[in-house]
Amino acid sequence: MSITVTTPTERTIVITRSFAAPRELVFAAHTQPEHVCEWWGRGNPLDVTLDFTVGGKWRYVEHADGQEHAFRGEFREIDPPAGFTWTFEYEPMPGHVAVERYEFTEDGGRTTVTCTATFDSQEDRDGMLQSGMETGAEQSYRALDDYLVKLS
Amino acid sequence: MSDPIDGVFAALADPTRRAILARLATGEATAGELAGGFPISPQAVSKHLNVLEAAGLIVRTRQAQFRRCRIAAGPLRDVATWIEQYRRLWEERYDALDGYLATYQQQQREQQP
Repeated sequence: MSITVTTPTERTIVITRSFAAPRELVFAAHTQPEHVCEWWGRGNPLDVTLDFTVGGKWRYVEHADGQEHAFRGEFREIDPPAGFTWTFEYEPMPGHVAVERYEFTEDGGRTTVTCTATFDSQEDRDGMLQSGMETGAEQSYRALDDYLVKLS
Repeated sequence: MSDPIDGVFAALADPTRRAILARLATGEATAGELAGGFPISPQAVSKHLNVLEAAGLIVRTRQAQFRRCRIAAGPLRDVATWIEQYRRLWEERYDALDGYLATYQQQQREQQP
């Protein structure tokens, strides 16, 4: 099972991924600190501070390659286990805020997560990408190939 | 255009323009050849080509009396790179979640009497 990424508008990116787990658990894995710290850092140690209330703040610090990458925001909507909305900001790029809506649907014991991220500007998207991701030229060309296949 | 990537997205938002790019990805073509492949007027194809050219997605050259169009990979690569980086980030994150959910549910089952 792999993720699907689509860009329905120039400032929106949608990620879809399904998991072999009930909806309540997948929702909890996104919203309870003891779950989040186990996966959100992609194997890197992660400090999680999270107040899961509308208007509550969250802050994650990912420790990778001797560096700290801090992310923060606040919860805008909470509707368990159907979904939640939070703001997302990479601390080195303050003021560039994305709004991310997470929706959880269950079918036959599998839960699908759909995350819709809306960015205000190109700088906001770039800020997201400076959070620890580097891509070499070779991967760029592979990405171009993939994209052209998708276009045709 | 203050934001070149936005121009690329706007140009790619139209299905006919995406189809034109897909056609040009297989090789150069004249405007006339392109128009023959689409159920729209040559004038409409020409307008789409103008948008693609303004976004830097295609280059038009002149050979004898024919203007040939070819795909310009640069801006498209920028967009594809951005999407690819985002995809990789979330692929890693959600692969980690997938593994965590499997382990967690296994532990829960083992704790059942």
